[in-house]
Amino acid sequence: MRELVGRPYHELRARLGKDLSVRELVEAYLDAIEAFDGQVRAYLTVTADQAREQARALDDRLARKEPLPPLAGMPVAVKDNLCTRGVRTTCGSRILESFVPPYDATAVERLREAGAVVLGKTNLDEFAMGSSTENSGFFPTRNPWRLDHVPGGSSGGSAAAVAAGEALAALGSDTGGSIRQPACLCGVVGLKPTYGRVSRYGLVAFASSLDQIGPLALDVRDCALVLQAISGRDPRDSTSVEVPVPNFAASLEAGVRGLRVGVPTEFFGEGLQPEVRHAVLDAVRVLEGLGAVVEEVTLPTLEYALPTYYLIACAEASSNLARYDGVAYGYRSPRARDLYTLYARTRAEGFGPEVKRRIMLGTFALSAGYYEGFYKKAQQVRTLVRRDFDRCFEKVDVLATPTSPVAGFRLGERTTDPLQMYLADVYTIPVNLAGLPGISVPCGFVDGLPVGLQVVGRPFDEVTVLRVAYAYEQATDWHRHRCPLFRG
Amino acid sequence: MDYETVIGLEIHVQLLTQSKMFCGCSTRFGAPPNTQTCPVCLGLPGALPVINRRAVELGLRAALVLHCTVHPTSQFHRKNYYYPDLPKNYQISQYQYLEHPPLATDGYLEIEVDGQRRRVGIRRVHLEEDTGKLVHPEEGNVSWVDYNRSGVPLMEIVTYPDLRSPQEARAFLLKLRQVLQYAEVSTGRMEEGTLRCDANVSLRRPGEPLGVRTEVKNMNSIRSVERALAYEVARQRELLERGEAVVQETRHWDERRGVTFASRSKEEAEDYRYFPEPDLVPVEVTPEWLEEVRRGVPELPDARRDRIMAQYALGRYDAELLVQTRATADFFEAAVAAHPSPKAIANWMLGEVSAYLNEHNLEIEQLRITPAQLAELVRLVEDGTISGRIAKDVIAEMLQTGDSPRSIVDRQGLVQISDEAALRETVEAVIQDNPGPVRDVLAGKEKAVAFLVGQVMRRTQGRANPALVQRLLRERLGLLGG
Ligand SMILES: [Zn+2]
Repeated sequence: MRELVGRPYHELRARLGKDLSVRELVEAYLDAIEAFDGQVRAYLTVTADQAREQARALDDRLARKEPLPPLAGMPVAVKDNLCTRGVRTTCGSRILESFVPPYDATAVERLREAGAVVLGKTNLDEFAMGSSTENSGFFPTRNPWRLDHVPGGSSGGSAAAVAAGEALAALGSDTGGSIRQPACLCGVVGLKPTYGRVSRYGLVAFASSLDQIGPLALDVRDCALVLQAISGRDPRDSTSVEVPVPNFAASLEAGVRGLRVGVPTEFFGEGLQPEVRHAVLDAVRVLEGLGAVVEEVTLPTLEYALPTYYLIACAEASSNLARYDGVAYGYRSPRARDLYTLYARTRAEGFGPEVKRRIMLGTFALSAGYYEGFYKKAQQVRTLVRRDFDRCFEKVDVLATPTSPVAGFRLGERTTDPLQMYLADVYTIPVNLAGLPGISVPCGFVDGLPVGLQVVGRPFDEVTVLRVAYAYEQATDWHRHRCPLFRG
Repeated sequence: MDYETVIGLEIHVQLLTQSKMFCGCSTRFGAPPNTQTCPVCLGLPGALPVINRRAVELGLRAALVLHCTVHPTSQFHRKNYYYPDLPKNYQISQYQYLEHPPLATDGYLEIEVDGQRRRVGIRRVHLEEDTGKLVHPEEGNVSWVDYNRSGVPLMEIVTYPDLRSPQEARAFLLKLRQVLQYAEVSTGRMEEGTLRCDANVSLRRPGEPLGVRTEVKNMNSIRSVERALAYEVARQRELLERGEAVVQETRHWDERRGVTFASRSKEEAEDYRYFPEPDLVPVEVTPEWLEEVRRGVPELPDARRDRIMAQYALGRYDAELLVQTRATADFFEAAVAAHPSPKAIANWMLGEVSAYLNEHNLEIEQLRITPAQLAELVRLVEDGTISGRIAKDVIAEMLQTGDSPRSIVDRQGLVQISDEAALRETVEAVIQDNPGPVRDVLAGKEKAVAFLVGQVMRRTQGRANPALVQRLLRERLGLLGG
C-alpha cells in the first residue's frame, strides 16, 4: 500500500470505489504515520480509531453507490490549535495539555462534511508563536527532508506530515507566515487565504486580526480542493466576509499569458540567501516564459512590517491568552494558594518562554502611556503597508517573492536568538498585515532542502494566486520530489 | 457660606433581550448555575463573539428616548482585567476611546423636582457584556463561579454632573426607570439587579470648580441611592467645614448601618489596556435602521398620560399617577377594555389598590388580581349586584386571595337586597325601634333620614340597596321623594 502514499488526492479520487477503498487509503496513511512519525514527530495526537470509523462509513456509502462528497476519503491532519470535538486540542501548550473542546472548529466541521478523514492533530509552536515548531510545549518536529533541520513553523507539524506522507493534506493557521513558511521549508504547497475568507471559529486565537486558517497539500490542485471545502462566510465569525466563493479548481488551467507579475525590489535585498534568490528569480523567469509580464515594483514599508507585526500580534495575544488562568479549564497549578497565586503560578508553569515573552511585549504595548506610541502607531503603519500593496496591485495582478529568506535552518540554530527567528517570516508577515491571499509553492532545492516561491494576490483573488502557482507547478517538477523517507 | 452638591450617575441597565450580547444563550434569570452557557460565554478557546442585533436596537431605542446623538459607526473594545467571574479576563465593552465613539452621546432626560423642570445631561450610552457571578458558600474555603449571567447584555448610561441633590438623583432614577420600562428597554429593577447605579458626589462653593469626588457603590434600591447620597453629602460637608480634605476614593453603602465606608483594599489606578475588539466588526447604524428603531419605540409616559386624559376624560393628576409605571397604565387600560368605566376603575386603582400595594410594599406586577377582575367588581357595583360599601370588603378579599369578585360575593352571600317586600319589613322595624329620629324626620330634619337608612343597612349587614331603602323610608313616612 506504500505506493498510495504521496500521490495527490485528485489522482486517487477516480479510483475510489473501483480498485481503491477509503479504508485502504486511510490505512496506508496510518501505516506511514506508524513508520515515519517516530522520526518526524509531526503528530501530537493520532485519532486512528475515529479515522477508521469514518473510513468505514464512507466505504458503506461507496458500496451503496451514493454520490461522494468532494474530499471523500482524503486523509488529512489538523493543526492542534483548531478545536476538534472530543479530541484534545493542546495548542502545543502545557496549559491546554488536557483540554478537550466540546465543539469542532468551523473549518474542521466543513472538512468533515466534505468527506475528509481526520488522522490526528499536528504539532506546532506553542499557541502558534514561532517559526520552527521548536517552541512546542511537548517536543520539536523535524524536517522530513533533513531530520536535523526544523520544519518551519508554526504549522510545522502539518507541513512535515504532508511532506512525510503522513497526511495527504493538512490544515494550518497563518498569522505571520505560519502556513507558507513551513510549507516552503518542507517542500509542499501552503496557502494563506484572504483574511475573512475562512471562518476563524474554533481556531484558538493568537492574533485575531491576522490569524487565518488555510490548507497545506502536495500540489496546487489539492490545495484548491481543500480551500474550496473550508471557505465561505460563517455566521459564528463576524470577521468572515460575505463574498462569493468561486470554484477554485475550475480556473487553475487558465494559464498566465498576459498576466502581470510584480517583483518587489525590497524582497530581494539584504538577508536573502543567494541560492534562494536564484531559485526564486528562476521561477519568475519560468512565469515570464509562460507569457506573464514581469514588472519590478516597490514596497518601501517592508522594513517596518516586522516591528509593526510584532506589536500588533503580541498586543492581541496578550489579551487573547488572558483566559488561560486555571479557573474554568486547562492546567491549574497545584501550588496555587489564593487567587493571585492561582493566576501567577498557573501561567508561570503553563506557558513556555516565547509565549511569555510575547504576552509581556503585548501587555506593555497596550499599557497606558505606551498605547499611542506603540499599538496605535503600529496600526497606522499597518495602513501604510496596505496602501503599498494597493499601489502595487494597481500595476500588477500578483506579486512573486521568496517565501523564506533561507532554505531552512538546523534545530537549535536560532532558539537562543528570538530576533533571528522572527526574521524567518520577514517576507510573509506583510501579507498578513494587509490581509491578502498568499501561497508558497516549491521552486527548487538548496543542499537537499526545499525552497519556496510566494505568490501574493489581491484581496479575495485566490483564483489568480492559485492559477499562477499552478502554471508554475505544471511547468516544473519540484512538486513531484518526495523526501528521503519515502525512498527509505 | 453654603456648599453646592454635585452628583453624576453611572447606571447599568440589563437589556430586555431573549439571548445574550454575543451568543445565543438565554438571559432568563434564576436557572441552575452554569446551565445557560456555551463556548462563547464561557470564553472557551476558539469561540468568537457575534453581536446581538436586538441588543443594539434596544441601545438605540434608549439613545433615542434620551435625545442622544447616535454615532453611525461605533466600536467594541476589550477592557482587560483579571477576575474569576470574567471568563476571558477581558470584558467586551464600548468604551469612548480616542477616535472610536460609543453607541450614542450627549443627550438629556427631563425631570421635575418641586414643580421645577430640569434637563439632566446624558454623557454617553454604550453597550457591554455582564460578568458571571461568584458564589461563596458558607462552608469550606472555596468559591464557585456561575456563568449564567456572563455575557448578558448591559447598557451603561453616564450622566453629566448635573444633579444638585440626593432628591434630584432619586427623581432622575425614577424618571429613567419609567422611560426605560415604557420603551421596553429594561425591567429597570434595582432590587433584581436589572438596574444598577453608582454615583459620583462632590461639594463645592457655588461658582467654583468641581470639588474632589467620591464614588459611591453598592446601593440596591432607588431609596438607598437617595439615602447613601444624603449620608455622603453630609459626611463631605462635615469634612470641609472642619477644614479637612475629601479623599478621592470608592465608598460602599452599608444599607443596614446607613453609612458609606471606604473599601479596604488599596485603590490602584487600574490600567485596563483598552484596545479595539478585533473579533468584531464595527457597529454600523444606517439612517434607515435608526428610523426603523424610532418607529418601533413604544408610547412614552408623557404621551400616554396625555392620551389617557383625552381618551378617558380623566384629570391630569389621576392620569399622571396612572402612568407612573408602565405596568400600572397597562393594568388600567386592560381593565377599561374589559368594562368601560374609566373613572370608577381609576378610583379603585388609585384608592384601594394603591393603598394595598403601599402597605405591603409590592409592585403592581405582583398583584394577585387581574384587570378583568377589577373590571368585574366595578360592573357588579354598577348593575346593583353589590353596594359600594360591600365592594370595599370584596376588593380587600380579592387583593388578599386573588379570587374573582363574583365568587367572593356568592360565597359570602353579599348580593345586594333589592327585594322591596323583604326590605319593607326591615324599614318597618327600624321605624318602630327609633321613635326619636322618626320625629326628627317628620319635623323636617333631613339628616335623620340618613340615620334611619344607616340603621336599615346595619340590620342587613350592608347588603340592602341604599337607594331603595331611602325610597321605602320616605314613602312610609309620607315624605316626598328625593
Ligand atoms: Zn453563551
